[in-house]
Amino acid sequence: MLLGGVAAGMVLFIVSVGLSVTMGLMGFVNLAHGGFAMLGGYAIVQAMKQAGLGFLPALLLGFVATAAVSVVFERLLYARLYRAAELDQVLFTIGLVFVMIASVTLVFGPENQPLVLPPALQGQTNLGITQYRTYSVVLIASGIVIVVGLWLGFERTRMGAQIRAAVDNRRMAESLGINIDRLFTVTFALGSGMAALGGGLGAEFLGLDPQYPLKYLVYFLIVVAVGGLGRVTGVFYAALLIGVFDFVLKKYVPQGGTLFIYALTILLLLWRPQGLFGSKAT
Amino acid sequence: MSASPGAAHPAALALARRHRLRAWEPIPWVLALAFYLAFPKHLGFGTELLVTVLFALSLDLVLGYAGIVTLGHAAFFGTGAYTVGMLAKHGIWNEPITSLILAALVASAVGFGSGLVLLRTRGLTLLMLTLCTMALLEEAANLGHDYTGGFDGLDNLLIAPLFGVFEFNPLYPTTQYLYVLAVLFLCFVFVRTLVYSPFGQSLTGIRENLLRMPAVGAPVQARLVVCYTLSAATAGIAGGIWAQANAYVNLGTLGLDRAATVLIILVLGGHGRLYGAFIGAAAYLALSHFLAKIYPTAWQLGLGLLLVAIALFARNGILGMAETLWHRLPLTRAAS
Repeated sequence: MLLGGVAAGMVLFIVSVGLSVTMGLMGFVNLAHGGFAMLGGYAIVQAMKQAGLGFLPALLLGFVATAAVSVVFERLLYARLYRAAELDQVLFTIGLVFVMIASVTLVFGPENQPLVLPPALQGQTNLGITQYRTYSVVLIASGIVIVVGLWLGFERTRMGAQIRAAVDNRRMAESLGINIDRLFTVTFALGSGMAALGGGLGAEFLGLDPQYPLKYLVYFLIVVAVGGLGRVTGVFYAALLIGVFDFVLKKYVPQGGTLFIYALTILLLLWRPQGLFGSKAT
Repeated sequence: MSASPGAAHPAALALARRHRLRAWEPIPWVLALAFYLAFPKHLGFGTELLVTVLFALSLDLVLGYAGIVTLGHAAFFGTGAYTVGMLAKHGIWNEPITSLILAALVASAVGFGSGLVLLRTRGLTLLMLTLCTMALLEEAANLGHDYTGGFDGLDNLLIAPLFGVFEFNPLYPTTQYLYVLAVLFLCFVFVRTLVYSPFGQSLTGIRENLLRMPAVGAPVQARLVVCYTLSAATAGIAGGIWAQANAYVNLGTLGLDRAATVLIILVLGGHGRLYGAFIGAAAYLALSHFLAKIYPTAWQLGLGLLLVAIALFARNGILGMAETLWHRLPLTRAAS
């Protein structure tokens, strides 16, 4: 019965992968990443509720809208702080999270926003060996599609190669004529869009309320830190690991599960500060 | 060569004079005493303010002077608070001053243990590790409810009268106010002496240039751990005294909220400046005291915007801005 954990891991991956890449590219400590996931989640839920869009078009809309908003933020605000001290980046992004939380509360109220799944995704599916919740199966399937897509994009396209080069050695990449700023803007937009997808896809079991960005911040950061900065596959394995661990521990040791995850993360980061799958010391 | 030609150099003189008491330095203390006489009805707020100053001061030591960016400083505040709370609740020990010393010892032990391993890392990893350590402690406090009261915390703590005479009355916190003020003063003198000592100077050096300090022979790692431990002890005192003044402890003392708030307060006032903790705490608490009660969401929005503005435009906080303005005044420029 690991499927629930795998599904949770997929959502964690979809949200965190953008964070890993943008942090790896610019070394920017972006604590507001979960905020984009929340904004996307709200956009998706509202699009379905108010505009009566289907689940898929709503997801698409959430992706595009959040990516567009994030580009504005990136160009206007983030770009000023790329070379600033870590502390300023932390403060700035915490401030941004507060602004997001407060604006969402002002507009939609503090309640949880329920995501109503289309009937086709409700209920159980026969997998041959066992019955399982259709939505979890769909989540896992879409997670796999996204991983494969991202992996192909990362390993096989020109932009992917540029990102990998810039993560490994930004100065060298810049002197080879790669426009890092533009690369970063595009990556940031894609990453935020992915976070929005994750916010929408995961709303069913992570919930969606204004406290979302702070509630799951530690989880997203753990996934990125364990997976390594700027590593798509690393983040994927880390997210699966954390998702499954969390699920199993909550089920069998409901009392001490989270404790165990924190302890494990601390030990792991002490053993490998660059993360399980990262190669560059940060 | 005449006797020490460098001694008369303005830079050398400035360095030698750095630690001397400046004329304005008694002002916060006079104000604190004046507050006691002028607003006897708001001493609860005043006590909270003083405790916050103490906590922010402890953070200033690691963040402002040693340059360690931590998101988990509430770990030590909470450790101190729970030390006092558990000792009092289980009827083991409730004499206030010795409890505070115990709180400082336990918190510094946690600080030393975690600092020893954590401070080998830098950047994002360090940030994550401080965050995880705090989350770990919070979760442990949540789980051990037989000892810590779990989610509900410990309330109605019985604290023995101070010196056996002065009762802690939660409704009329006159004793608490003066007690916290005295403890804050002692801790401040300690921190002030520390940062102006050669040890404090070497911390600033580490903050400014992590590569050059080992090159001039400074034991960077050891200095950082000592600084982290002392800061943890101070934060533990702040937490312990908070528990004594309020007669309760809850999980919030170990939470990300508290850690983020104290970071905001310190940066708002100006970090690495000693008095930034005072200015930041006063500004933040006064604002939140009046605004948050009227309209909590707008308060959060305003706070967020303020943070963004500070990070973008005023990296040295209120004191930094004041300093810049001061140096721009034609009068002072002519004098220097």
